[in-house]
Amino acid sequence: MVATSFTPIASLVGGALIGLSAALLMWATGRIAGVSGIAARLFPPYEDREFAGRLAFVAGLIAAPVLVRLVTGSLPAQTIAAGTPVLIVAGLLTGFGAVWGSGCTSGHGVCGLSRLSVRSLVATITFIATGVATVFVIRHWS
Amino acid sequence: MTILVQLAIGLLFGLGLIVSGMSNPAKVLNFLDLGGIPAGIWDASLAFVMAGAVAVTFVGFRQVLKLAHPFFAERFYVPTRRDIDPKIIVGPAIFGIGWGLAGFCPGPALTALGFGSTAAVIFVVAMCAGMVLARFVAQLQSSTRIAAPVHPLES
Repeated sequence: MVATSFTPIASLVGGALIGLSAALLMWATGRIAGVSGIAARLFPPYEDREFAGRLAFVAGLIAAPVLVRLVTGSLPAQTIAAGTPVLIVAGLLTGFGAVWGSGCTSGHGVCGLSRLSVRSLVATITFIATGVATVFVIRHWS
Repeated sequence: MTILVQLAIGLLFGLGLIVSGMSNPAKVLNFLDLGGIPAGIWDASLAFVMAGAVAVTFVGFRQVLKLAHPFFAERFYVPTRRDIDPKIIVGPAIFGIGWGLAGFCPGPALTALGFGSTAAVIFVVAMCAGMVLARFVAQLQSSTRIAAPVHPLES
């Protein structure tokens, strides 16, 4: 495991930017900024005509680090410790679970909690609990 | 125009993920590592990301939802369900295991693609496969429910 430093100010500011983005998406399109919902609806079956807008939002997510690198000349550290088999299993579980539970960290954790949704509170507590349990098993059970 | 605005909003979201440190799976895993508190591994930063995001979204939504309709749409699409069904626990439980395995959730994983990381590509492809599978299974379930004949004694 890689030690990381506690960054309360940067994290609070970054979080506020995420919140601003969520509020702006609601203002512009009337929709929840749930990344899993947006990403999942890029695939068929299509229920509405919002494909291009969703693709643009995802393109913005991907373009953010490219822009940061262009402007500042560097990118913050990104350490991905998991190997390919773990990444595949983790990706499948994350994608399946997010759609099955109607949302992820952004849809439930940010937008849902901000709407005081009980469903989102249950979802957020659950995924933090199983996330903590998973890390505990991997790091402390051997 | 709508498309450009949504691109900019996605860009802002991605910048937030990068500034906050969420785009680094190591930071996410160290936040989830409560067992690492005694060793000083625990990184509480993510709680601050959540706090900052929820505070701004809470105020933002209250202001925006006072409007008659969104700027580019005819109405708001705010979830209305309030029931606690098995899916709202099972789904996030599965999601959390995946999150704890790699330290990626959907937003940061997509943003990680722009870092040029091969690992992120592998994760995102698998994640999309999981999403498609979940939608397929959910649709299968709902269609069998409609197709199943009603039991004569129950009707």
